[in-house]
Amino acid sequence: MMSEAQAPDNCSMIDQNQNISGSEILQEILAGSRATLPMVVGAIPFGIIFGTLAEQSGLSPIGAIAMSIFVFAGSSQFIALGLLAAGTGPLIIIATTFIVNLRHLLYSAAIVDDVKHLSGPWRAIIAFGLTDEAFATIADKIRRSDDAWRLRSVQWFYLGSFGTMYGNWILCTIIGITLGELVPEMSSWGLDFAMSATFIGMVLPYLNTRPMMACVLVAGAMSLGTADMPHKLGLMVSALSAVAVGLSYHLMSRRK
Amino acid sequence: MTEALMIAGMAVVTFGIRYIVLASAGHFSFPNWAKSGLNFVPPAVLTAIIIPAVLIPNGNGIELHLQNASLLAACVAVVVGLIRKDLLTTIVVGMIAFGLFKWLL
Repeated sequence: MMSEAQAPDNCSMIDQNQNISGSEILQEILAGSRATLPMVVGAIPFGIIFGTLAEQSGLSPIGAIAMSIFVFAGSSQFIALGLLAAGTGPLIIIATTFIVNLRHLLYSAAIVDDVKHLSGPWRAIIAFGLTDEAFATIADKIRRSDDAWRLRSVQWFYLGSFGTMYGNWILCTIIGITLGELVPEMSSWGLDFAMSATFIGMVLPYLNTRPMMACVLVAGAMSLGTADMPHKLGLMVSALSAVAVGLSYHLMSRRK
Repeated sequence: MTEALMIAGMAVVTFGIRYIVLASAGHFSFPNWAKSGLNFVPPAVLTAIIIPAVLIPNGNGIELHLQNASLLAACVAVVVGLIRKDLLTTIVVGMIAFGLFKWLL
């Protein structure tokens, strides 16, 4: 990406990077936190609903908190609850998590050139926090910023963004668990439908091309056809066939 | 114990997916077809979860009738989502609709 002529400049910027002052670091962290705020507000109900649903799905309160701390991936945590409630074993749940989170490969591929100047531990921190929301925030900020800012401040801005999202997610999980225990009859309020409603809202924006519609139709039809397969394997079979159909359609329509 | 192993496994695969490209610092990139394919993954997985949850709510066969509150509420959520194009509105209205249908039926 960088031309030969720019290279010396970039080196001096990396040197400056070490001289970034404490107040500048704090400013970047706060700016990152502020930029993520709208998405944090959006995540609050999900975190709370996740915590509330955990126990009735068969996940212990400690397990729910541990999941939010160590896995930190909203949709796959919800899916794990759905699978647990259906009595699915851990291996299938882990495999499903893998498939569901594969989309994060796209996120890391999209920002790798912007963070490859950072140390290994920094890149690991960035990877750990790379949720849909953190990616949207940092990708937008990088698009609007110059190289000098990126080389100097990108990790601090990201830390503010990711930290806010992370702290909020853990806190909301705990609030949800507490609510679920204080108001046990909440489980009869049909909160489990919240998961379906959430996923419906997440799928709709994708439905703007024919290959995508074909993919969703195949996923839906296959999921009914494979509903009787053991261990909820039907989910993976349906998802993979749907991706195969969508991708083939996409590649064929481009070739014309 | 099983729960701890499950969470550890989920954590490892999730972190691995997010880290592998960043770890290689750009020495590794995806062919375009793979990138296109990844775009289809979220809607495929989510749909494969929604449809059985809504159409087989009690785990014994497809319930394609007007007594199925999940099905009715899902239709409301789809309509609201298509009109308002806002995730939170879709969820809130969908849940209210579900509560109403359950209470009515």
